Amino acid sequence: MSVEVRIPTILRTFTGGAKAVHGDGTTLEQVLDDIEARNPGLKDRIVESEALRRFVNVYVNDEDVRFSGGLNAPTADGDVVVVLPAVAGG
Amino acid sequence: MGLIVRMYRSSRASAHSLTAVLKIAREHVDAMIAHAREDHPDEACGVIVGPEGSDVPTRLVRMINADRSPTFFRFDPQEQFELYKEMSTAGEEIVVVYHSHTSTEAYPSRTDIALAAEPQAHYVLVSTAESGAAEGPISVRSYRIVDGVVTEEEIDVTE
Repeated sequence: MSVEVRIPTILRTFTGGAKAVHGDGTTLEQVLDDIEARNPGLKDRIVESEALRRFVNVYVNDEDVRFSGGLNAPTADGDVVVVLPAVAGG
Repeated sequence: MGLIVRMYRSSRASAHSLTAVLKIAREHVDAMIAHAREDHPDEACGVIVGPEGSDVPTRLVRMINADRSPTFFRFDPQEQFELYKEMSTAGEEIVVVYHSHTSTEAYPSRTDIALAAEPQAHYVLVSTAESGAAEGPISVRSYRIVDGVVTEEEIDVTE
C-alpha cells in the first residue's frame, strides 16, 4: 500500500507519461519528497518556497489541502492525492 | 437572432492556411457568447469537455469565476475538483478552455499565457469589449498555448 498521486497532463513529462505515481509518507510533503526521488523536478512544479504554488490545487481524497494543513496535510496508505493546475488568467 | 460573430484570424495566420483547427458545434459557440454577455463586465469562464484523446468538444460546463473580476478569472478550486471527478469517471478531458475579455481584444493576455496549464486544450477567447452585454458584434478566437508560445488556429463551426 502507498499513496497514489494523480499527475496532470502538463506534469507528465516528469513521470515518463504516467498518469499516476505512488509514494509513501504520513504527510503530503513526505509523499512529494518520496516521489521526487524517482521523478526529479516534479516537486518544484508543485511547491515553491516551502509552500504550495499559488496556481496549483492539491486535494487529499476529497479535501483541498489549503484547508487541511497544506504540505503538512496528513496522508495514509490508500489515500489519493490529486494535483490540478489552476485554470486561471486575466 | 441577428447575432454578429466575428471570428478573426491574424494576418500572419491568413497569409498561409493554418494547420491547427478547432472544430466546434454552433450551439457551443452560441453558449460561450451568451455566457460572456451575461457576466459582462466581469470575465466569464468555462470548459467544453470531450472524450479523452478525441479532440472533440461535446459538453459545455460553465464555471464560476472565483475572482468575479473584469480583469481576472480563476476557476473555483472546489468546482474544478468536482469537474475533475466527473471527467475521470466518464473518461473525459478538457478540450476547450474559454473565457471572456470584457475591455480588450480576444487575444491571450500575458497572464493567460503565463498560467496556461492545459497543453491539450484549445483556448477560446470571447471579447465583449465592443458591445458589452448587448446584442452586437462580438469576437471569438481560438489558440493553442504551450510552453508560453501562442498559436492562433482556425475555428470550424459545425451546424
